[in-house]
Amino acid sequence: MAVSIVVRVILYILLAPIIGGLLEGLDRKIAARMQGRQGPPITQPFYDLYKLFNKQTIVVNSIQVLFIVAYLIFTIFTGSLFFGGGDLLLIVFSLSMSEVMLVLAAYSVNGPYSAMGAQRELLQMMCYEPMMLLLAIGFYVSQGSFMVNDLIRVSRPAVIALPGMLIGFAFVLIIKLRKSPFDLSTSHHAHQEMVKGLTTDISGRDMGLVELAEWYDTVMMMGFTGMFFVTANPLSYIGAVAACLAVFFLLILIDNTHPRVKAMRMFGLSWLVILVCAGTNLLILNLVK
Amino acid sequence: MQDLLSIYQISGFLILFPFLVALLLFLQRKDTPLRRFTVIFSGFLIMAASVYTAVTVLLSGGHTILFRPSTHAAMEAAEMAIRLGELLLLGVVIVLSIKYRKYFCILLGALGTLPVLILEFAGRIPVTETCLRLDPMAAVMYLIAGVVGPLICMYAVGYMRDYHHHHTDVKDRTNVFLSLLFVFLGGMFGLITSDHLVWVFFFWEITSVCSFLLIGYTRSHEAVNNSFRALWMNLLGGVAFAFGILTLLYLDPMNGKVISLSELTQQGRQAPAVMLAVTLFAVAALTKSAQFPFSRWLLGAMVAPTPSSALLHSATMVKIGVYFLIRLSPMFTNTFTGVMITVIGGFTFFAASLLAISQSDGKKVLAYSTISNLGLITACAGTGTTEGVWAAVMLMLFHAVSKSLLFQTVGDIENIMGSRDIEDMHGLIIKLPRLALIMMIGICGMFMAPFGMLVSKWAALKAFVDSQSVWLVIFLVFGSGSTLFYWAKWLGKICTVIHQSVNLDDSTHGSELISMVPLTCLIVVMCFAFPWMSDFMVQPVLDETFHRNVPNVIGGADTIIMMINVTMIFLIPIGSRFLSVGSRDRMTMSYVAGVNAGDDRHYIDSYGKNRPLYLANWYMEDYFGEKVLLWPSVGISAVIVILLVLIVMGGVF
Repeated sequence: MAVSIVVRVILYILLAPIIGGLLEGLDRKIAARMQGRQGPPITQPFYDLYKLFNKQTIVVNSIQVLFIVAYLIFTIFTGSLFFGGGDLLLIVFSLSMSEVMLVLAAYSVNGPYSAMGAQRELLQMMCYEPMMLLLAIGFYVSQGSFMVNDLIRVSRPAVIALPGMLIGFAFVLIIKLRKSPFDLSTSHHAHQEMVKGLTTDISGRDMGLVELAEWYDTVMMMGFTGMFFVTANPLSYIGAVAACLAVFFLLILIDNTHPRVKAMRMFGLSWLVILVCAGTNLLILNLVK
Repeated sequence: MQDLLSIYQISGFLILFPFLVALLLFLQRKDTPLRRFTVIFSGFLIMAASVYTAVTVLLSGGHTILFRPSTHAAMEAAEMAIRLGELLLLGVVIVLSIKYRKYFCILLGALGTLPVLILEFAGRIPVTETCLRLDPMAAVMYLIAGVVGPLICMYAVGYMRDYHHHHTDVKDRTNVFLSLLFVFLGGMFGLITSDHLVWVFFFWEITSVCSFLLIGYTRSHEAVNNSFRALWMNLLGGVAFAFGILTLLYLDPMNGKVISLSELTQQGRQAPAVMLAVTLFAVAALTKSAQFPFSRWLLGAMVAPTPSSALLHSATMVKIGVYFLIRLSPMFTNTFTGVMITVIGGFTFFAASLLAISQSDGKKVLAYSTISNLGLITACAGTGTTEGVWAAVMLMLFHAVSKSLLFQTVGDIENIMGSRDIEDMHGLIIKLPRLALIMMIGICGMFMAPFGMLVSKWAALKAFVDSQSVWLVIFLVFGSGSTLFYWAKWLGKICTVIHQSVNLDDSTHGSELISMVPLTCLIVVMCFAFPWMSDFMVQPVLDETFHRNVPNVIGGADTIIMMINVTMIFLIPIGSRFLSVGSRDRMTMSYVAGVNAGDDRHYIDSYGKNRPLYLANWYMEDYFGEKVLLWPSVGISAVIVILLVLIVMGGVF
């Protein structure tokens, strides 16, 4: 038991950057094809990361680095908790802590674009945080445990009991992964009114660390998605991976077809979707029990 | 037995001694070393006595000890003192209400006090064998009031000197202020230790009148108005309390035999009349804990000097309400009253956390956060489940420490910078590094992952899920989102590093540090100690309240993970210093889409002019402002409270 946990955590720490990088490469490739371009090779993100690490790092102050390192470490820690089979609520709380670190890094530079990005990022967190908590509660109510370890050993996939939760989660995933129409705080295309928002004043190695943390984050989010489909049956993992890819494709599609919305519209929309989809789902679950 | 005897004496000492200190301080008008010594010495004495009592009670197996003043004469004297005290309090209310022409307060004061007083003089109140009680719950409250309370009193010594230095227009009545703080503490200890409901009522009224006097300290127009608002709301609670006692005496089929809190909750009788009394007590508790619709008094309370805010918000006033609800929680199990109290608490948590987003006044954010957190505690107590009470007690402990620290830091910052606006705390980490660090720990203690408040919130969430209160879960998850928002943006403001900024002169007094340093350490230590606190402090409370053992709500592997988490928070800064991460990086100015003028506060625009730059936080007044949300929240919750009382009354008549 203990050994398998350690193995899973090590696998996550080693493989997540690779999978995360490939997912990003895939994202860029598909996006390019949707726009009728050739697009970069799928391994392009790795070259980018390599280049970032070899550039001279320019910082605005010395605490900035500290927060970024903390962001990366806490993200890896949260992911390890998840793939190690820990408590879902604890994972959600850890996740928001790592996000706060990134926000503080942006705050600390005292630049107008970073500050604006930081506020928007906080608003984005406020939008998805309720859903993450409800997700954990939904799993608990339907399967009787908060522990990821127990939740992957169930006899039937959670999605049967939690369809509303899946819709709500997929919705907030757009916010969490900062895809258009909800890429308010920063985006991968630095051509908007916010320059690069949250990460405007981060460069070189530090930017590399942020990219790396985002890859870890993406893999964990895919893990959350997979949770809806995984059962004790090993074959279910194939289905789970397929579902993750489907959700990921959907995210890219939405990203490329929807223009960005205003902050308060995102706020209203996300809370409404969460309340209607996840809230109703929870209410029904409780009545059925 | 010898040991136990001394506990009785010490708890008697704890009730009476603060009043004596108050008298001594009242007589010392000048700021002499003797006055400072009196506060600090008696503060430490009270702290030692309360910690000793609490630890003895908790270690002795956590049984309830009921007792009364040792001799017949002492008992008589105590009863007489209470009657005279009630008359005195009523007198103070009447005189001040006439002076400031707020006559309705007289009506409320009389309506609450007179019936009970008449019954007392007529000898119609049943005398119980026991009127005082020490048990684990009282011990926990002793720790909160007895450790945090005296620390705030000590802080006040240094703070008030600076305060009057800056506010020359306010008449220096520091002696009155300090003595009121101690009267408050005495009342607090009395209330925690009392079991006889009439005694509880007396101490209840002491805290109401005391907070009224503290809020009105500056005697400015605003202060007077706000203090009377606090008075009438709390007197209204007092009326509810008094009618609760009357209900027990005259409507209860037991014919008024039950007059002590322990008998009331032990019986578990949920007869309509008893439930009416419980509901009235609960409404009184809502006023004290500043739940919606009674929140406005606490928001107004911040006009007073900071130590009184710290005391009202953290260790005393608002905690009385939730303390009482926790006492009553066995009566809430599966009752209509319980459900409604839970709904009010959950709603308050949610609404206050949204309202906090729109505030830029540091103290006001703290006030909304207090209301919000107390809403959570109220909701936990209202569920009437063991898990709920576990979370409630834990939340109370963590909240008391973090909140009093935050108030003290905001107070000091105000004394140094002349403002307590969060916008003015921009770059605090450079201007006042020491206070900024303390404040960061305080803020982290309120919402970040491994710190206490979040652990308890986690437990609360589990409690709500287990008791199948779906609406409460929804309030809690959405409220958590907004809580994160308003704390994190404050934290960000402090962390901003401004280049070429000057270090301000940090004039924090020694007596203020005596208070702030231990509180900061407590927050950090409590992160590690929470499993231990659960076993030795909260578990006995649950055993006594529910008479059954419950497994640790959060335990096992989670605890270890939390520990790793805490350790990392402290190791990452130290480690990166040690490894000199980033020491070879090139430094630059932040990006302003133009030429940076050399500091972070100016840039050169396209006309070559030097323009100032100002970065403000978001407050989103149009969406979360008081104008938009406050009155609707008060309205909705007022309807809930009125419905609650009417429906429960309908069951009796």
